[in-house]
Amino acid sequence: MAAMLHTIGVASPVASGGVFPDHQSNKFAVSSLHSLPVIRSEARSNLSSLHESYRAGKLIAKAVATKGENAAASGASKPGHELLLFEALREGLEEEMERDPRVCVMGEDVGHYGGSYKVTKGLAPKFGDLRVLDTPIAENSFTGMGIGAAMTGLRPVIEGMNMGFLLLAFNQISDNCGMLHYTSGGQFTIPAVIRGPGGVGRQLGAEHSQRLESYFQSIPGIQLVACSTPYNAKGLMKAAIRSENPVVLFEHVLLYNLKERIPDEEYVLNLEEAEMVRPGEHVTILTYSRMRYHVMQAVKTLVNKGYDPEVIDIRSLKPFDLYTIGNSVKKTHRVLIVEECMRTGGIGASLTAAINENFHDYLDAQIICLSSQDVPTPYAGTLEEWTLVQPPQIVAAVEQLCQ
Amino acid sequence: MGFYLSKSRTVMHNLKPKLGSLGVMFHQSSGIASFYHHQESQSGLIKNLGAGSCNRPTLFTIWRSEHFKAEKQLDCKQNCGGPQVLNFPGGNVKFTSELDFLPEGLEERVHCYRILDENGQLTSSNFVQCFQISDELAVRMYTYMAMLQTMDTIFYEAQRQGRISFYVTAIGEEAINIASAAALQLDDPVFPQYRESGVLLWRGFTLQEFANQCFGNKNDNCKGRQMPAHYGSVKHNYFTVASTVATQVPHAVGAAYSLKMDRINACSITYFGDGGTSTGDFHAALNFAAVMEAPVIFFCRNNGWAISTPVGDQFRSDGIVVRGQAYGVHSIRVDGNDALAIYSAVRAARQMAITEQRPVLIEALTYRGGHHTTSDDSTRYRSAEEIEWWRVAQCPVSRFRKWLEKEGWWNSDAETELRASLRKQVLHAIQVAEQVEKPPVADIFTDVYDAPPSNLHEQETTLVEAIEKHPKEYPPNFSC
Repeated sequence: MAAMLHTIGVASPVASGGVFPDHQSNKFAVSSLHSLPVIRSEARSNLSSLHESYRAGKLIAKAVATKGENAAASGASKPGHELLLFEALREGLEEEMERDPRVCVMGEDVGHYGGSYKVTKGLAPKFGDLRVLDTPIAENSFTGMGIGAAMTGLRPVIEGMNMGFLLLAFNQISDNCGMLHYTSGGQFTIPAVIRGPGGVGRQLGAEHSQRLESYFQSIPGIQLVACSTPYNAKGLMKAAIRSENPVVLFEHVLLYNLKERIPDEEYVLNLEEAEMVRPGEHVTILTYSRMRYHVMQAVKTLVNKGYDPEVIDIRSLKPFDLYTIGNSVKKTHRVLIVEECMRTGGIGASLTAAINENFHDYLDAQIICLSSQDVPTPYAGTLEEWTLVQPPQIVAAVEQLCQ
Repeated sequence: MGFYLSKSRTVMHNLKPKLGSLGVMFHQSSGIASFYHHQESQSGLIKNLGAGSCNRPTLFTIWRSEHFKAEKQLDCKQNCGGPQVLNFPGGNVKFTSELDFLPEGLEERVHCYRILDENGQLTSSNFVQCFQISDELAVRMYTYMAMLQTMDTIFYEAQRQGRISFYVTAIGEEAINIASAAALQLDDPVFPQYRESGVLLWRGFTLQEFANQCFGNKNDNCKGRQMPAHYGSVKHNYFTVASTVATQVPHAVGAAYSLKMDRINACSITYFGDGGTSTGDFHAALNFAAVMEAPVIFFCRNNGWAISTPVGDQFRSDGIVVRGQAYGVHSIRVDGNDALAIYSAVRAARQMAITEQRPVLIEALTYRGGHHTTSDDSTRYRSAEEIEWWRVAQCPVSRFRKWLEKEGWWNSDAETELRASLRKQVLHAIQVAEQVEKPPVADIFTDVYDAPPSNLHEQETTLVEAIEKHPKEYPPNFSC
């Protein structure tokens, strides 16, 4: 997988500067973010009536890549340090645990074993067995435990060894995590983070290749984000921990060893923001998680063929960042969605509906959504590869869209 | 603020007696020390604990230590002076050549702890000395039991009259509600199922607040979001009732974990019925609490029925109390209709939970005197005679009153006066609550998240527009 170098820049013509938002800002280490442009939420709202009170008061830090990897741009800020995605997650988690003693981790094998994907490695010796808690095998119950702990003042990070196991925790996530803040009239908050790897790996079998993002979509009260690079993994982890709402952070089994150089300074990303991976003019390609890399691979071919696709990593699965997406649709008038979910009821399905509903007038062609077939993921390597969207299909879809 | 501080020497010192009770062999090896985690003070985030170091040893670090190395098996030679013993993972086990299966239960059911008999007679002469229940406390407990009874009766009638849509009574379980609450402190977080409104009543939730929640009016502290009897109050450390069965049991363990991290002198308590003990959440919560040594009281109201399922169809064990041992949890069976027994048991359990940092299971045997809820007619699956017998002969409120009268702390005049006053108060609360308008439309969209996101704003706008356009299609007192 190619290492992506992100440069910091401003994508949209928004006035920055001015007074920073208030109460929450001290928690976001504003002072250390001088080199990152911060975009006031109020300013953005002037551009779109859809987002009138778009999270007013929250700090936003935006990361944008220029067209292609540009090594020269890295000279603009400090060199930073290189690490793998799972290390970035761990770094984010560790920083938050140091910063706030209420943050704790619970899950299977997260303690001494260091986590099945090493995301929590080294944390138990550092913070103690109680703060990095190994749980028996009962997902519904340790998620419930996390909810109880969150309601009484802790900020638990609950790890599902594989997102597929969260199906067992569905009752607690849907009926309690998402609901108790509401049904208690706002009296109890549940600032929990539920995270874990999902997606199709290398021949892990159907049960361990689940893409459950769409199952959680309609649960009111929770937020869903998916990370795809070490940079956004760390930023989203930190943002999720600091959020007062329950957040589900989806990681991908095959992306844990991605390497990237990330800033040394502290940064927190916005949970509701999409990432502009590659600005373009001809077509908007919306994707997230691992499919981002398949898309970027297809983009190389497309660029050679003379196309100029705009690629957006939507990152926020609930709610969708319709602001960024909308601006892109208004520019290109063509949309391709590339996802790893199943065809029926996937994230792509809701995204298609949302775009059609909101931006119908701007579309010159019907939205194309490329997803996996509605089959359990087979074990055989070749079969597994064929259930996923591959770059040639993406290229063909763009060509079809741009006819 | 939560943090965990441990110093190896103190932990090891405190660990030995504990290990002894679990029959675990303990090896003094240098490897153990490395597992005791030192929390270095991290730039002001860790509060100064003062002189005390952590006195709460944790066992879970031990399990992953050198404990299971192969060399240990050689040690059995030292202990072998009889049947062969092997140090399996988990501890020493003796071998036997008898092919014997453990029976499914003991010959006699586990005895039930009781202090007051049906006639209000003390069955233990030194009870009062041990627990020193003052007349003030006793009368207060009785008052609240009567209050709960009155509230339940009148709210139930209100539902039958169509004034509220739904209600859950705790008839027959007044002693469980009030006496357990009286034995706790406000610092102890309560995770109820839905038949424990007496606990909230004891803690100070007013009759008016109860009525407001049942009517879902704008003064409801839950903003009209939940069904009647699904109370919750952060002020009273009483966590909002969710209709899902036994989901609160692991929450209580999580809260106990939080208390343990913060070293707070309190324990959490959770209530559930006999039916709730069949769930996976119950099982895992007890298991976790035992492993984590969490200060939590698991209070099972075994009232014989889970809607229409009698306990014989729910489980085949001797009730719930025997399950405690299966998880390594101290447990006790008490008479759920005896306020004094419940009071003393919960007080002792609380003490144990906090000072020894361990979970405790209490099974209170009682009878569900009312229907499951107002949506149920229990005469369809049980006889009216059975219900009647329990409500009269085993009524916890009258039993307690008899004892109070014997002590000279209560009489029939006081009774008449109290009942009349309570009835008046409850009726008044209902009348007032009924008149208050419902919450505004905006309350549909708040508290879903900490701040409403754009899509909810959109949806609110759409709804408000629809209401303004067709006001006749919406309830008359529907305000925006």
